[in-house]
Amino acid sequence: MDARVDPAVAMKPKLAVRDLNFYYGGFQALKNITLDIPEKKVTSFIGPSGCGKSTLLRTFNRMYELYPEQRAEGEIVMDGSNLLTSKDDISLIRAKIGMVFQKPTPFPMSIYDNIAFGVKLFESLPRVEMDERVEWALRKAALWDEVKDKLSQSGAGLSGGQQQRLCIARGIAIRPEVILLDEPCSALDPISTGKIEELIHELKADYTVVIVTHNMQQAARCSDFTAYMYLGDLIEFGRTNDVFMRPKKKDTEDYITGRFG
Amino acid sequence: MSDRHLSTQFDAELSGISTRVLEMGGMVESQVARSVHALVTFSSDVASEVLVTEARVNQTEIEIDLDLSTIIARRQPTARDLRLLIAISKTIANLERVGDEAARIARTVQRLVNSGVSTRLRLPVNDLAYEAELAVSQLRKALDAFARLDVDRAVEVLKRDDLIDQEFEGLLRKLITFMMEDARTISSSIDLIFVAKAIERVGDHAKNLAEQIIYIVKGTDVRHNPVGMVESLVR
Repeated sequence: MDARVDPAVAMKPKLAVRDLNFYYGGFQALKNITLDIPEKKVTSFIGPSGCGKSTLLRTFNRMYELYPEQRAEGEIVMDGSNLLTSKDDISLIRAKIGMVFQKPTPFPMSIYDNIAFGVKLFESLPRVEMDERVEWALRKAALWDEVKDKLSQSGAGLSGGQQQRLCIARGIAIRPEVILLDEPCSALDPISTGKIEELIHELKADYTVVIVTHNMQQAARCSDFTAYMYLGDLIEFGRTNDVFMRPKKKDTEDYITGRFG
Repeated sequence: MSDRHLSTQFDAELSGISTRVLEMGGMVESQVARSVHALVTFSSDVASEVLVTEARVNQTEIEIDLDLSTIIARRQPTARDLRLLIAISKTIANLERVGDEAARIARTVQRLVNSGVSTRLRLPVNDLAYEAELAVSQLRKALDAFARLDVDRAVEVLKRDDLIDQEFEGLLRKLITFMMEDARTISSSIDLIFVAKAIERVGDHAKNLAEQIIYIVKGTDVRHNPVGMVESLVR
C-alpha cells in the first residue's frame, strides 16, 4: 500500500522505499512497503512483534545478505541509486548507513580502539587527527566526560547505557549519513534511556535517524515521523503528532491506545 | 478488533470517570431546572436548595480533575483516550459554570422574594421558564450524546442553540416594554434580564459540550465554526 506522507508536509526524503518485498525463504515478511524516510529527521517504526519493523530496518544496509535464504525485492533509493542492486562495496554502504543494535556490542578492546577501529577501515589518519575524531565521536554521543580519563580501559567495563552510547559513538565516528537504531534502549534503565533519547534528538541535526522501538512512548517522545506496521504491511505513516493524537486508521489507534488483542 | 483495552483496569478507570461526568451533568441539569422552578413559584426555599447543591458540584469538579491527572500520569493515554480525557477536563469546567449560572438564578430569586416583589406585576416568568426548558433540554441532549459518543446528536445540539438565542432576544424586548410601561417593574425586570442571560449561557455551555463530543469521536476541533461548516467537517 502507498502510505507516503502527504507531499505538502513531507520533507526531502533521504531514503525512498518503493514496493519493497522481503522474504525469509518462503515466508514474506514485508509486503509492498512504500515510504519516504525524511532527511535529518527521526523516523520510528512501531508495531507488535513480528510485524516486520526490524526486518525493514535491516534492509536499509543490506544486513540480510549475511543469510543466503533471505532476499529483498523492490527499491530503496538513496542519493539516486538503488541500495538493493548497488554494485558498490557493501562496507561502503554500511559506512554511510550505520547501525546500533538492541544489546550493546562493544568490541573486546579499549574504549579508544572501539571508536578508532571502524575509522581505520576507511581512512588512514595521523595519530593526532584520530585522537580528535575519537573525542569528537565520544562528545557527539554524550559519553566523553564519563570516559575521557579511561580511554585505554576495556569497553566491556562500562555500564550498559555507556556501552550503548559507545556503540553509537562508534557508528558516528565514520561519519555516516543515516543511523539505524534497532531497539537501542530495551536493555537500558530509564536514566540511560533518557540520555540516549536526548542524544537521538541532538543527532538529527546532522543525521537521518531511523529507530525501531517496542516502546510506543519512546516513539512518541523522540521521533518526528512514525510508521505503524502489522504483519508485514505498512498500515500508517505520518507525523508523530498526528499518529499519536489523531491516527487515520482504526488499526493504528487500537494499537497505540492499547486495544490491540 | 476489540474496543476494550488490554488493561481492564484502564477500561474501568475511563468508564468510571465518564460516569462521574454524567453524574455531575445530571446534578447541574437539575440545579438549573430547580432554580427556574424557584423563580416560577417565587420560592426562597427551593432557591436555597440549589445553592446547597453548588458546593457538591464544585467538589465533584475537583475530584474529577484529580482522577484525570492520575490517569494521565499512570496510563500515558494516546489518541481517542487522550482526546476523551482532554474533553472531560473542558466539559467539567463547563458543567461547573452551568452550576454557577443556576446559583446566580437562585440568588436572584431570593433577592426578588426578599424585596417583596408582587406577583401581581405579572412579570414574564413563564417565558423565562420556556427559555429554561429549551436550555435544559439542550444540556440533557448534550450529556446523552456524551454518554453514547453520538456525533449526530451533538450536531443537533449545535443546530438548536439559535432557538435559545432567539428566545433570549424576545425576552429582552418584552422586558424593555414592561419597564417602559410601568416604572415599578424596572428593578425586577433588570433582575430577570440577568436570569435570561444566565439561561442563555447554559445553552452556550451545552453547545461547548457538544463540540467536545465531536472532538473525542472525530478528532476534529470544530469550535468557532458556523454550524453548517461543522456538519461538513464531521461527515
